[in-house]
Amino acid sequence: MSVHNLEQLFQDKIDAEIKIEPLDWMPEAYRKTNIRQISQHAHSEIVGMLPEGNWISRAPSLKRKAILLAKVQDEAGHGLYLYSACETLGISREETINDLHSGRAKYSSIFNYPTLSWADMGAVGWLVDGAAIMNQVMLTRTSYGPYARALVRICKEESFHQRQGFESLLVLSRGSAEQRAMCQDAINRWWWPALMMFGPRDSESTNSDQSMKWKIKRKTNDELRQQFIDMCVDQVKLLGMTLPDPDLKWNADRNHYDFGAINWDEFWQVVKGNGPCNRERLQARKQAWEDGVWVREAAAAHATKKRERANAA
Amino acid sequence: MDVNPTTEFVLHLADNALILGQRNAEWCGHGPVLEQDIAISNISLDLIGQARSFYQYAAELQGNGATEDSLAYLRNERQFRNCLLVEQPKGDWATTTLRQFFFSTYQQLLFQQLLSHSDERIAAIAEKTLKEVNYHVRWSSEWVIRLGDGTAESHRRLEQAIQDLWLFTGELFTSTHYEIESGVDVALLRSNWEEKIRSNFEEASAEMPTNVFARTGGKTGLHSEHLGFMLAELQYLQRSFPGCEW
Amino acid sequence: MHTYIRRFFYGDIPGQESGGAPNPQGPKNDWPLWEVFIRSKQGLDHKHVGSLHATDAQMAIENARDVYTRRQEGVSIWVVKSQDIHASQPEEAGELYDPAADKIYRHPTFYDLPDQINHM
Repeated sequence: MSVHNLEQLFQDKIDAEIKIEPLDWMPEAYRKTNIRQISQHAHSEIVGMLPEGNWISRAPSLKRKAILLAKVQDEAGHGLYLYSACETLGISREETINDLHSGRAKYSSIFNYPTLSWADMGAVGWLVDGAAIMNQVMLTRTSYGPYARALVRICKEESFHQRQGFESLLVLSRGSAEQRAMCQDAINRWWWPALMMFGPRDSESTNSDQSMKWKIKRKTNDELRQQFIDMCVDQVKLLGMTLPDPDLKWNADRNHYDFGAINWDEFWQVVKGNGPCNRERLQARKQAWEDGVWVREAAAAHATKKRERANAA
Repeated sequence: MDVNPTTEFVLHLADNALILGQRNAEWCGHGPVLEQDIAISNISLDLIGQARSFYQYAAELQGNGATEDSLAYLRNERQFRNCLLVEQPKGDWATTTLRQFFFSTYQQLLFQQLLSHSDERIAAIAEKTLKEVNYHVRWSSEWVIRLGDGTAESHRRLEQAIQDLWLFTGELFTSTHYEIESGVDVALLRSNWEEKIRSNFEEASAEMPTNVFARTGGKTGLHSEHLGFMLAELQYLQRSFPGCEW
Repeated sequence: MHTYIRRFFYGDIPGQESGGAPNPQGPKNDWPLWEVFIRSKQGLDHKHVGSLHATDAQMAIENARDVYTRRQEGVSIWVVKSQDIHASQPEEAGELYDPAADKIYRHPTFYDLPDQINHM
């Protein structure tokens, strides 16, 4: 069968909403695109543990401490599910992690922003997890089977994250003047970066057509961003807080909220590595990996010795 | 501090769990491999859960509007009753897993004794917690063996951790007035504990220390310098914004 | 074949020419990969839930307990080294599964029975 025919068969399957599984024939570019997307999604979960991990030791009550720890631990789990999915495409976790550490693979830029107050835990849960969930819910229908299944599992767990975030903001919004100020400040700082999480405007991210055609991605950046904004405008009212955008207003013709200009210069600076925490985040991950080398080697050596002893006996 | 011995004993159990839970949580996001990052966070979560159960009971015993959070967040260093072992820095993976092994093995024996304690609440919490503790013993004892048997470096690090931590194990079995008055004899646990450690060390080809000096004080409120920094971090929000709901 | 797709993979992650490039040295320190199967409750089959890394079977079971049953998802765990799984090839799907397609007599609905018969 010629490659051309295989490609046609492959595309027919995609068009018929049949999932692609690891052993199925797939175009090399499809495999690579998935490896990149899934591994970078995994890296985002792992790096994403750091800004929230900051506050575990300082959580203001034992209940909040347990919730936050469980949540950050979930993110480790999500990273693991995604690395697993990625490995079905024939690349080891270590290889993908090397790419992260060498700077060749990226992660979601949102995690290069600092968490400066306790209210950031709420804002991250509500806005950052909220934006991530929109992406991920869309991706549960992605065409690559293992990725779609990992995302189904992740989405089930993520809804707890967003809810706990909003609930903790709700408590702050009903609290003292200082707590309310803390809450508003966190929303102000996280709103715009959260909108940037959906990526550049459709008009500027040219070739996402191929990914749409392969149904790796199923909605455009702008569609998702608009959906997110419409949702948040209603939710922020429940907090009695405001979103930091004077241009935000209902547009009856579009049936959507209009919103102000996103600062794409800032976005590109963060992407290039000039965000507030890029170096710290990558450094923390590399450090953990390097400090763990002797542990991983020791465990592997012990397993080998144990096996040899069992064989000798 | 003028509190009744049972309350003080329960606070001691709670403080032990909270401080070790706080220490282990420092690994979250920084573990040597993802699977173990998740494992140590699980243990940390179990310990924080234990701390909450004990603080809630201590708060009931104490009355006067005390809550689990007022007890965890508004007492100072000299009022904390945790042993010195749990407040030591997390160190490397050998230090963390060895400390967990020492502590969980002690907890396992203690909670088995507490199952028949005359105070039903203490017995009930011990029963509920014992399942978790059994798993912590299993997990940590396996790591001690792995590191002892693994490579020359891991063996060296385990030996170092033993040297660093052994000094603090004697306190676990040194009775305080509140333990005695609560009808608990921790000294009784010692030989069983040493037996378990010894047999594990044999598998790990590690030397059992002969040093018998025990540094004590934590259980009666005389801590190392480490605890103050831990509490400064742990209590920061409650201290900065008194009286708020979170 | 070098097909670079210029797009943003996951929201704000720039994807161009980054990630997924094979490591020339290949994997060195990775612990072996294990597939995890979980029985969610008594009476049900074990179901594949994903994979993880561990040095041996015992560690794999413990890791699976920590990773895949954080929300009480299971009562029993199986782990199998991924390299020990033998899979049928998709190209063989025709010969393996199609012959079953015309054996409709294996399905209970093949048999027309009088309505009066219940519970069969």
